[in-house]
Amino acid sequence: MSATSEATSQVPLTVALLGNPNTGKSTLFNALSGMRALTGNYPGCTVEKKIGSFKVGQRKISLVDLPGTYSLAPRSLDEMVAVNVLLGRQSDSPPPDLVLCIVDASNLERHLYLVSQVLDLGHPTILALNMVDVARDRGVTINLAELSKRLGIPVIPLAAHRGEGVAPLREALVADPVRPPHRPLFPAAFEVEQTQLADWLANNGAGAFPAYLVARLLLDVGGYLEQHVSGVDPAALSKTLAAARGRLAEAGCKVPAIEARVRYAWIKTLLDGVVTRPVSRPITRSDRFDRILTHRVFGLALFALLMLVVFTAIYRWAGPLMDLCETGQGLVSELVTARTSPGPLRSLLVDGVIGGVGGVLIFLPQIVILFLFIAILEDCGYMARAAFLMDKLMTKVGLSGKSFLPLMSSFACAIPGVMATRVIENRRDRFTTILVAPLMSCSARQPVYALLIGAFVPAATIAGGWLDVQSLTLFGMTCLGAVVAIPIAWLFKATLFRGETPPFVMELPPYKWPSPRLVFSRVYASAKAFVVRAGTLIFATSILVWAAGYFPEDHTRENQLATQLETLGDQLAEPLARREALEAEASEIESRGIAPNESVAAELKSVRAELDDLAQTDLLAYDDLVTQRNQLAAALLERSYLGRMGHAIEPLVKPLGWDWKIGVGVMASFPAREVIVATLGTIYSLGGEVDAGDAGLQQALKESTWPDGRPVFSLPVALSIMVFFALCAQCASTLMVIKRETNSWFWPAFTFVYMTVLAYAAAWLTNQLATRWLA
Amino acid sequence: MPTLDQLPRGARARIVDVTGDDGLSMRLLEMGVVEGEEIECLGAAPLGDPLEFFLRGYRLSLRIAEARRVVIDS
Repeated sequence: MSATSEATSQVPLTVALLGNPNTGKSTLFNALSGMRALTGNYPGCTVEKKIGSFKVGQRKISLVDLPGTYSLAPRSLDEMVAVNVLLGRQSDSPPPDLVLCIVDASNLERHLYLVSQVLDLGHPTILALNMVDVARDRGVTINLAELSKRLGIPVIPLAAHRGEGVAPLREALVADPVRPPHRPLFPAAFEVEQTQLADWLANNGAGAFPAYLVARLLLDVGGYLEQHVSGVDPAALSKTLAAARGRLAEAGCKVPAIEARVRYAWIKTLLDGVVTRPVSRPITRSDRFDRILTHRVFGLALFALLMLVVFTAIYRWAGPLMDLCETGQGLVSELVTARTSPGPLRSLLVDGVIGGVGGVLIFLPQIVILFLFIAILEDCGYMARAAFLMDKLMTKVGLSGKSFLPLMSSFACAIPGVMATRVIENRRDRFTTILVAPLMSCSARQPVYALLIGAFVPAATIAGGWLDVQSLTLFGMTCLGAVVAIPIAWLFKATLFRGETPPFVMELPPYKWPSPRLVFSRVYASAKAFVVRAGTLIFATSILVWAAGYFPEDHTRENQLATQLETLGDQLAEPLARREALEAEASEIESRGIAPNESVAAELKSVRAELDDLAQTDLLAYDDLVTQRNQLAAALLERSYLGRMGHAIEPLVKPLGWDWKIGVGVMASFPAREVIVATLGTIYSLGGEVDAGDAGLQQALKESTWPDGRPVFSLPVALSIMVFFALCAQCASTLMVIKRETNSWFWPAFTFVYMTVLAYAAAWLTNQLATRWLA
Repeated sequence: MPTLDQLPRGARARIVDVTGDDGLSMRLLEMGVVEGEEIECLGAAPLGDPLEFFLRGYRLSLRIAEARRVVIDS
């Protein structure tokens, strides 16, 4: 091997991969580069940058995956990125040496539209003809040699999902590059206008402008480029373009129809004699599926059933996994507690680090399960049907059918919901969906509702015993966010994301078996993105909130008490274990029935007596110490930065009927809503290990008073807290995922502000109304 | 002239024109809804909108408002 060829073999060959949606592009990407892909965002937009690396022989290849598109006519910054990458105008991406264009052989006519635009770029190009097996099954025959000859570029047949044809394709990538021959498509009148416009641009400050973009300027009425030619006065450009388009219309080349007309005419000629298809449209298996799946009755019923399955899976399957995460977190905490002495280090590790990491991991099961479903549904072709079925319903809110699944998912957890909005290609629809997704009542709100409903909503029934008030309240709280989301989505569409209604125009791809490999790689990628990119930020937030609740007070006394407790706990291990067993027994007896008979009552009484006895004798000193520690912890929290902030904002939360303690709870729950339960536990001197059903905490809330002796909590206050938590953005994870998905800090900040203002206003209104009507 | 939303289920027609020059028209043109092409109506979604069509060997879904942009011959 000579020195030069060795040198060139070190510079990777950049290959841009392009194709329509539903072409098997991702499958091909994975087949060529394996799972090793670098992902990120192109700056300033939401387009995912995905680059795979592999070798063919000695030659390194870097494969740039461009988003699936029907056309290279950019109407937004996101669509412009693909064009810029192809033209080598994207600064953070090397100009491609080769374009690999993948098309569906069974649907060649429409797919060649994009190819005809790619050929205009003049790069060496390879055509990968995917799904040749499907085409064959449908009776479509293609003369490959003739197609390659007429196009002037290599054509490689593929069945990417079976891995067929991938090896010859790899070889073709490193063969001598073939540039497509120049083929004038447009009529002479258009070519004249294009030359004139290029001259005008050069004379008016645009500098050298690629020929393809000059054509795009003429063709794309209201396109992205019109407003974004640097160095040129947009008004002057608009005038020039309008005049040129006027002349074109007079010459019989009406823009924009001319482009589709000439390109499809070229395709007709190209395919004439190359492709033969059966005279009548064959009824495929996919058609038979669709008769049921989009049926007036069965279609909707099956869709509802599917949603039910997805939901149940998220709750049922994720539940045990989430419990496992919690148990694991508990075990690690215990382990750390056993190895460290009480002090800031232990507090940082247990409450800050482990709590923070746990806060990230706890969402992972839900994300993985939901993405598993989404990836399967998308890959098999059902996702397009779901959008087709739900579109009419969603247009009433100003969104499209594609928003349905992300919003539905958000009822379990907004994080996968926000991530699932990637299926919405229109930016305005996607952003509106992202902004309202956190309003859906997620599972983290349940503990807050459970605590407050259990303590303050009477366990009464109405409507002749058919409805009980507690369940009704829970139902109301669960629906509240979704109901509020309707006018909010409408408002955002009318203000922030104003513009022409995004086209629905959607292909209904044939059904196919999902590829396990592709599904796995999608799930893996989203899980990784969440843990690595959002996780670090969530972690940092948790540490910050921990520090605010810990400093600047002196914790020496608290640490002494903790050490004493540990020593005493070791000595009293036996009675403590006995008490635990008795308590379990008591709750087991209580759970047996609503109407306890005499023997049950007697059994319970004897257990209780034994518990009291224990508390009066062996455990007297221990309990006293626990009370001291909890009171001290409450005092320390009150004097910490967080507690001081709580006092500082009391005037702000007073109109809602809240005192500073609730204010601290709300601030401490910024990382995650459910944290408020533990924080209230600490503030009310019960320790942080309480759960929502804790009778002690519910009792403490009921007994809490203002300095003048009035009780703080009442039904109106409980309702106002619940309404606040239903609508607020107290979830760092969701905000970080919004940051990631929108590639901007503005949108998470905006989400936080709008939801907090909304929650505050609604909580105030609830308190006012409830005080008037209910108290 | 009739428009595509009026095409009964199972019927075929030839496309005469796509009106307008906004993003929607361009999208329709890119998807192959071009003058002279034959198109067949396959039906509607359960709630009555969008509609489903067959052209150039693939299936395309359009809202009624979008189909109204497409002028057909019969």
